[in-house]
Order: sequence, then structure tokens, then C-alpha cells
Amino acid sequence: MAMRDSIELEKPAKRTGFRVFLRRLVREKPLGTLGGVVTILLLLVGIFANVLAPYGENELIPDARLLPPSSEHWFGTDNLGRDILSRVIYGARISVIVGLSVSFLTTLFATFIGVITGYVGGALDLIVQRVVDAFMCFPGILLLLLILSITGPGIVQIIIVLSALWGITHSRIIRSAVIGIKENVYVSAAESIGCSTTRVLYRHIVPNIMAPAIVLMSTRVPLAIINEASLSFLGFGIPPPTPSWGGMLSGQGRMYMIEAPWMAFWPGLALAVVVFGVNMFGDAVRDLLDPRLRGGAGSYRQPTKKLN
Amino acid sequence: MIPTVLIASMVVFFAVRLIPGDIIDIMSEEMGTFTELDRQAIEEMLGLDVPVFAQFGRWLGVARLADGTFKGIFQGNLGESLWGQGSVIKLIGKRWPVTLELGLLGLAMSQIIALPIGIWSVLRQNKFGDYFGRSLATLFISLPNFWVGTMVIVFPSIWWGYMPPIMHVKFSEDPLGNLVMFVIPGFILGMALCGTTMRLTRGMMLEVMRQDYIRTAWSKGLRERNVVVRHALKNAFIPVITLVGLQVPILVGGTVIIEQIFSLPGMGRLLINAIAQRDYPIVSGMLVVVAVAMVLINLLIDLIYAFLDPRIRYS
Repeated sequence: MAMRDSIELEKPAKRTGFRVFLRRLVREKPLGTLGGVVTILLLLVGIFANVLAPYGENELIPDARLLPPSSEHWFGTDNLGRDILSRVIYGARISVIVGLSVSFLTTLFATFIGVITGYVGGALDLIVQRVVDAFMCFPGILLLLLILSITGPGIVQIIIVLSALWGITHSRIIRSAVIGIKENVYVSAAESIGCSTTRVLYRHIVPNIMAPAIVLMSTRVPLAIINEASLSFLGFGIPPPTPSWGGMLSGQGRMYMIEAPWMAFWPGLALAVVVFGVNMFGDAVRDLLDPRLRGGAGSYRQPTKKLN
Repeated sequence: MIPTVLIASMVVFFAVRLIPGDIIDIMSEEMGTFTELDRQAIEEMLGLDVPVFAQFGRWLGVARLADGTFKGIFQGNLGESLWGQGSVIKLIGKRWPVTLELGLLGLAMSQIIALPIGIWSVLRQNKFGDYFGRSLATLFISLPNFWVGTMVIVFPSIWWGYMPPIMHVKFSEDPLGNLVMFVIPGFILGMALCGTTMRLTRGMMLEVMRQDYIRTAWSKGLRERNVVVRHALKNAFIPVITLVGLQVPILVGGTVIIEQIFSLPGMGRLLINAIAQRDYPIVSGMLVVVAVAMVLINLLIDLIYAFLDPRIRYS
């Protein structure tokens, strides 16, 4: 009986944690909520692209070249007679894949490099940091153009190159967090009772850098999406028949931009809305999860009634 | 600083030679196929016949060229274009004013938009103006500059038959026409930056406005304008300057795209063309110049700090 009680008590407590979060999101961050809706929509559209799209991504519709938006083709058709709405929907899938995998891999690489150099220190740290410096003194896109022309265009290439490069440059954030944590007494205690380096890193260091790692990951998602689009726009990203939003704006989209402005308009609008939404959502979640920025008693000029 | 630049130049020097399909392939595509003998002759003529490490030494100016002289970076020489476009330094010299002007205008635009919004949203914290300003800033970060650039060319021309001027006018010939041409690209470039600047200005102002000396200033009965401008802004501004330093790479990256859209003859287009043509000296020379410029700008920013904040002193 007692066990049952405890189980019943635990469940609502967990649920309210999430509910309180949702309620605070809706009440305190209306724009963040809007961003959350956009983010979820993007995910759904990306996952169910083949169900939602009225035509195939590269399906050529006979006698439908350069048609303006109509009830038949909501976003119009392009110079080859492909339905733009369908291509924009399939483009969402590309953006989801790139956004999620680049942010995840970047965080993974950055954590790996940052934890090792920060914890080991010494000559290894010195050498690695000079290499990081070298990569940091180039504007990202110039180096990306150079490396992508070595690997050639493609979605796998762009994911790996973006996350490797960002992993190197952002390892500095993780490294400084590690250096701060390394000085704590519990790390010395673990070392002195003979824990292996792997165990110290895994049990004591890594759990404590989760906060900066999560922030890093959430801020990389919109950046990855917009960088992929920019690179595809310049012709170094995802090659043409694949419907990437950036790629749709370049080449053909620009060639026909006066005749058929809808070819360039819709993919760009989709990109702008998605990046705006993901940014807003990320900011709101960060504000709500960060105890220092939490609204309520003690925070600057915040009326106490918001505490609930 | 010097090891950084050295590693950076090594990275670009070797990376550019890793691009599949070397310059001889591109040349033979354009001029018909070469025999193996022609290939050797051309390699010798362009100095590509020696091992790549020797080429690096020659490029740095620590190894002798075929004619026995030193002509490299240490001698103030970045080499010659392999396609006969002349010396790399001269090529860059022709292009950098365009990129610099675009970059400076972008930076100026971002500050002009971001600072007032940032300050305004602190004074009206958690009111409509604050929310409006903050979402405007996020909107500006989110708009892809290549899309805005394209739309700015497309829609005015469809609705009013107006095209923004995209022919390049030299500043020395027609200063006004030149500025008119650069204003729209500069604004689009600045849009991407102003969001972060605005957020940081807002954050720093929030912190500073809570300080004791601001309360003192208020209690002296100073006007809002004096409190904000003379007491708060001065102290909130230092991290904003750091941010400007951090934004320079984004700015340079943005100029690559903007130059492409508005057909401006800047460094970004030079780089993209050189990569396509495998013109190795131009690519590595340009990237080294950019890297050195980045390092120098960061040094300059550190010096500006000391000037703005008397508490910081470099010995």
C-alpha cells in the first residue's frame, strides 16, 4: 500500500514539472511559444514530407513550366515544371537533417576536444590551442568554401565539414568550462582515491559541462540551417536536383528571378520563418532553464506575482 | 600571434592543393587535351614541378626559386597568379577597398540600428517597445542575407521598374553614386549583425543601470538623457566593442555572399573565381592576408579597450 502511494505521488510531480514549464513558456514568452510551434511544425513537415507534398521532389509536371502561384500549384512551378510547394516541403527535410546532425556532432566534437585539452593541459593543450587559434582567425565561410571544394558538394560532406570545423573552434567554450571545474575539490578527491582518468572525466567532468554543451547545441541548430543554405546558394553545398532551400535560391532561381519571382521567394521565406522560430524557441527555453535569468522574486524589476 | 598566422598559412597552402582536379586539368579542359610532355613543361613554368613542401618554402621565401632568388612572404611577395593575372598583392590591392567599404558600411549600419533599440528596450523593459525591439533584432538575424538581397533586386523592379544600381562606380570618380550603390548591400550585411549587438547592449545596460552610481546620478536629479548617455552607456559600451571584434569574421563572410549578389568586384568574388580556376597563389595569398587582418583587428580592439577603460593597462 505504501509503495502504491509513493508511486502515485511521484507521477503528478513529474508531470507538473513539464506542465509548469509549458505554462511558463506560454505566459512569459509568447514569442518563444510561437517559435516552439514553428519548430515542431518544421520537424513534422520534415518527417512527413513524402505524405504532405502534393508532387514528388523532382517530379516534372507536363505543360507546367513557370506557372505563377494558383490553387493548383500554391507556390507556383519552376522552369522545369516542378511544383515549388513540394520542393519547399522536401527542403524542410534537408534542413531538419542538417540542423540536427550538425548541432549534435559539433557538440560531440567540441566536448571531446575541449574535455581532453582542458583536463590534460600542458603541452598538448598548448599545441591544440594554437591550431584552434589558426582556424579561428579565418572567417568561417571562407574556410568552408575551401574545404568543401576539396570534399566536393553533398549533404554528408556539408554535415561533416560544418561540424568538424565548428567542433574545433567551439571546443574553446567547453575547454574553459572544464578548466573551471577541474579546480574543484571533488575532482582532486576522485584523483586521490585512485580513479582512472576516464572515470574522472566521465563521472565528474562531463556531467558538469552539460549546461554550456546544451546551450552550444541549441544555438547551432539555426546557424547550421542558415549556413547550409548560404553554402548551397554559393554552389558549394548541396548540389541541384536535391531541393535545398539555399540551392533553390541560386542558379535557376536567380536566372528567372524577374520572370518568376516566386521561384526564389518561397524557399527564402520558409528559411527565414524557420530560422526565426528556432532562434526564438531556443532563446526562450534557455531563459526559462537558466536559474540566474529565471523570472520571479529576486530578479531585477520583475513583479513577484509571476512566481507560481 | 606569429605561430597562429604560420599554422593558418600552412593550412591554406596545403588545403588549396588538395582540391581534386589541379590547375593543369582545368587548363586542358579549356584548351584541349595536353600530352604528358606539355603537362611537365607547364608544371615547370608555373613552378609546380617541385614537391609541395619545397613550394611552401618558396612561397614563404625560405627556399630558392628556380632562378636562384628568394621571393616569398618574408620578402613581401605573395607570388603571381598562375593564370597570368599578375601579382597577387596587386590583385588584392585592387579588390580590398570594395570589401572594406562594404564591411565598414555594414558595421556602421548594424550599430546605427542596434544601439538605439538596445538602449530603448532597457528603458522600457518588459513593455511593448522592449518586445518589439527584441523580436525585430531576432528577425534581422534570421533573414538570410542572400534572400533579402535577391528580393531587394526583384520586387522593386517588378512593382516600380526600379533596379538598385549594380554597376560598380569608383569612390574617387563619383563619391555619391558610390555610396548610393553601397548603402543597400551595407544595410543587408548589417542586418545579420545588429541582433547580437542589440542583445549585448541590452544585457550590459541592464547590468549597469542597477549600479549604485546610476542611482546616485538619478538622485542628483539628472535628466534621463544624461544618466543614460554619460553614466550608463560609457560603461556598458566596452563589451560591445569586444563583440565588434568577434563580428569581423561574420562580416567578412557576409561580404562574400553580398558581393556575389550585387556583383561587386571585391575579395570574395576573387576568392570564389580563384578556387574555381585552381589559382593556388591567389587563394592562399588572400586567405593569409585575411588571417593577418583578423589578428591585427583583434590587437587594435585590445588597444581601444585600454583607451576606453582606464582600469585596463597593458604593460
